Order: sequence, then structure tokens, then C-alpha cells
Amino acid sequence: MIRARILPVLTIVAAIIAIWYAAAVLLNAPFERDQARRAGSDIAFSQILTNTMAQERPVLPAPHQVAAEIWDTTVNKKITSKRSLVYHGWITLSATLLGFVMGTVLGILLAVGIVHSRVLDKSLMPWIITSQTIPILAIAPMIIVVLNSVGVTGLVPKALISTYLSFFPVAVGMVKGLRSPEAMHLDLMKTYNSSRSDVFWKLRWPSSVPFLFASMKVAIAISLVGAIVGELPTGAVAGLGARLLAGSYYGQTVQIWSALIAAAAMAAVLVTIVGMTGAWLNRRMGIREAAQ
Amino acid sequence: MMETVIRAEGLDLTFQTNDGPVQALLDIDLDIHKGEFVSLIGPSGCGKTTLLRVIADLEKPTAGTITVNGMTPEEARLKRAYGYVFQAAALFPWRTIADNVALPLEVMGLDRAERERRIRENLALVDLAGFGKKFPWQLSGGMQQRASIARALAVQPEMLLMDEPFGALDEIVRDHLNEQLLKLWAATQKTVVFVTHSIPEAVFLSTRIVVMSPRPGRIHDIIDCDLGDDRPLDIRESPEFLKIAHRVRDGLRAGHAYEG
Repeated sequence: MIRARILPVLTIVAAIIAIWYAAAVLLNAPFERDQARRAGSDIAFSQILTNTMAQERPVLPAPHQVAAEIWDTTVNKKITSKRSLVYHGWITLSATLLGFVMGTVLGILLAVGIVHSRVLDKSLMPWIITSQTIPILAIAPMIIVVLNSVGVTGLVPKALISTYLSFFPVAVGMVKGLRSPEAMHLDLMKTYNSSRSDVFWKLRWPSSVPFLFASMKVAIAISLVGAIVGELPTGAVAGLGARLLAGSYYGQTVQIWSALIAAAAMAAVLVTIVGMTGAWLNRRMGIREAAQ
Repeated sequence: MMETVIRAEGLDLTFQTNDGPVQALLDIDLDIHKGEFVSLIGPSGCGKTTLLRVIADLEKPTAGTITVNGMTPEEARLKRAYGYVFQAAALFPWRTIADNVALPLEVMGLDRAERERRIRENLALVDLAGFGKKFPWQLSGGMQQRASIARALAVQPEMLLMDEPFGALDEIVRDHLNEQLLKLWAATQKTVVFVTHSIPEAVFLSTRIVVMSPRPGRIHDIIDCDLGDDRPLDIRESPEFLKIAHRVRDGLRAGHAYEG
């Protein structure tokens, strides 16, 4: 069971690493050839192979360089250090989580409003969709600047960008989820002379739980993207986004890639946690599909 | 003199659809008395389910009058005068059987002790004592439908409205549930309005059979059908049974004959 799940994943990881190494050689080789030509010497392919694995500022760092950088900046640095990836990761994670929670709550509230009011359905839905067509890269600096000018700095502005992105899948998913009860179940509640709140809490809300978790998986991943994007215009103070920006200023490709890998790993862990919570809740609710 | 619980006079219902108006019910006159078991039978599209839904206030008639317990259907619904059993069990998959039965009781705001008493009583009534902690998917289709009957009875309504409750079940389970339903009806003395498209089911269960015909849905014949209180399944081979079944079949065929 576990082997059947892990084996395919490991195969893909191995394939990615193989392609990555090949690409590193290919992309870093021109620099080595250029160096050799300037020195007026020839360079053997075996020499290119070893050199491209250990460049200071490679176009594409080799996987082991990134691994070494991640090891160095997590295990060998104090957590409070400005050079610790854990420190930067936590800054980003806290903004991600705060934004995710706010986005989820906002998304649920919007969905509840839309499902219960025809006016809100007609008036809000187009704006919700429009909000996501605006490039976040364009609007993020403005949010940061505007909030800065009214004295809101630090965690909250970044979290708000996460919120801006993450409320959308939750709102859309929950509108669908809250509307998912069959006509027969709604009729049944009607025969009991149920109030709107009874229909909501006893039927619509439990019906929407699978939809909620499906959309929360998307929401938490883009919350992380939002937090990283939110860190870019703050002038590279702290966070994974700041590491990416600082890395690109100084051509520190190894640093960029290690921050990228850290962000990807964080996203994978977060999505897995949300997914497992959803599966656990479904099992507890006795939903058959999840129990099997 | 028997007390009338449902009285319909000149009932019409027209649905507005994209293909134009559809006459679902035309000029329905029907009295149903307290304690009767009335079956509505007819081919699909004859409005039998629609008529049941009008009684339950799930549809509004476009003309005519209907009273349930002397009130409008809406007033009757708000007073929870009936329990409705759907074609499917319509149990909530995230609730256990006991919690499903408790659903209407929670809506009614009954306290826990009373809820548990009624759950126990009604699950026992449909032979599901001991299954309260199971989830719906752990039960067979027949058991699920019995649970939904327990849920309808838990409200302690004066009548049961049943919309082809056994239509999706196989013949053997259906026979068994028919017997059980008959016992339940004898024990509780409730008025039952029962929609079906099975002739043997209608004849076996009912005190009166309302034969309906389609397009537009109207009442073709009303057949008295009293086979006595003690009705084993074998009664379906008796001459009286076959005679009534024959009349129902004739009615259904005649209803079809003047279809344009």
C-alpha cells in the first residue's frame, strides 16, 4: 500500500533530478568554454562536467549545490539569523497562514451570502471573478504602499495579499458546495417546517464540507504564492520572497533555487495537511468514499 | 360518519416549462378519510406524485381548493401534520441512522430524552432496533427505506404521504416491506396516501385505489378495495384480489386509450 504510493513519487523525483543534472551541465557549459577560450586553452568534456557541478554563480545550480545550501542555511545557522532559511521560511509561513485563514473565512462568508441572496448572487459574483483577473504582481505593491502609508506594516499587508488570492477558490467552491444538496433533501427539510438556519446548519453546511476542503487545498497553495509576492515590494527585508529578490539582485542563483525549493516543499506540506484533515473529517462524518 | 382529512375540489395544476405550459393535474376531486390507506396509481406523467406534492405543500395548485385537516396544505405543513417518504431513502450520509431519525426531532426542538425515546420506539417499529449507530451506506436499500419511514413516523404525524417508497427495491424486499407497512398501518391507524405504479402493491395495501391517467393528469376511477384486516401475501392469488387487480388494470388501460 505504502510502497505502491511512494514508488511512483520516487520515480518522478529521480527523473526530475536526472533531467536537472543534465540541464545544469548543458546550461553551465558555455561559461566554462568561454573561460577556457579566454585563457587560450582547450577544455575536455570531463573537465566541463566537473566544473559545471561546482560553479560559484551557475545559470542553473546542480541539485547537490542547492541541497548543500539548504542544509547550510537551515541546520548550520541559528534560527534567529538573517541568513537562516528557517527564519525566512517562518516569516513567509506566518503570513501565508494568516492570509489563508482570513481568505477562507471571507470566502465562506461570501458564499453564504451569495447562496442565500439573489441580489448578492447577481451583484457580487462578477466582481469576485474580476478580482482574480487583475495580475497580483501589479496590485501587490499598491496594497503594501497604501497600507504602509496608513501605518499598517509587517505581517498584515502580506497576509492581505494572500487573502486576496485565497478567498476566491473558497468562495467559488463553497457556493457550489452549499448548493450541492439534492432537491429531495431540501424538500425533506421543507416538510419539517425547518427554518433557514436549520437548513443551513443541518443540510447545506455538512454537504459542503468536501467542497470546502477541496478548495482549501488550492487556497493554501496560492496563499503561499501571495505571501511571497507580497514580500517582493517590501524591499527584500525578510521572508522567502526576500531571499528570492536578494538572490536575483546579487546573482546568487544557488540562494534563489534553495528558496524556491523551500517554498515548494512548504506548499507540498501545507496542501498535504489540509488534504489529510479533510479526509479525516470525511471519515469521521461517515462519508463512504473517504472511508474506503 | 368518517372524518375527512384531505379534500380536493376542482384541483388544477399547470407547470410553466420552456416548451410551454404542461397540465399536470386537471379537475381533481378527491376525499380521503381518517385512517384510510389510499393508493394513487397510474403510468408516469399521470400526476400522481404531483398530487401527493400538492397535498404536502411542495407544489401549489393553480386552481381549485384543497384542505388538509381542514387547513390549507401550507398550514398543515407548518404544523407538521404529515410525514413524507420519498422515492429514495434520502438519508443524510453524514448522520448515523439514529441521528437521521433525530433530524426532524431536532428541527422541532425536542429535548434529548424525548428524542432518544422516539428514536428507540420508531426504529423498533420498522425492525431496525440495534442499527442506530450504523451509517446509511452500511445498510441495504430496504433497510435504508425503513429507516426513512421511521424518520417520518418519529414526527408523530397524523398521516403518511409516501411517494413510490419501494419503487427502487427488488421484488422480494418489496413484498416484505409491503407486509411490514400493512402491520405498521394497522398498529398506528394513520392515514396513508401511497403513490405507486405497481398494481399488486396497490391492491394488497389499500382500502381505496385512485386510478389516474396521463396528459393531463386526472382521476379515471376510484376503486374500493377492502380485503379485510388480515392480509397474508398469499391473498394475491385469491379471486377477490384478482378481480380488483383486473379492474385497476382495465382502468389504467382505458386511461391510456384516449390518449391523443
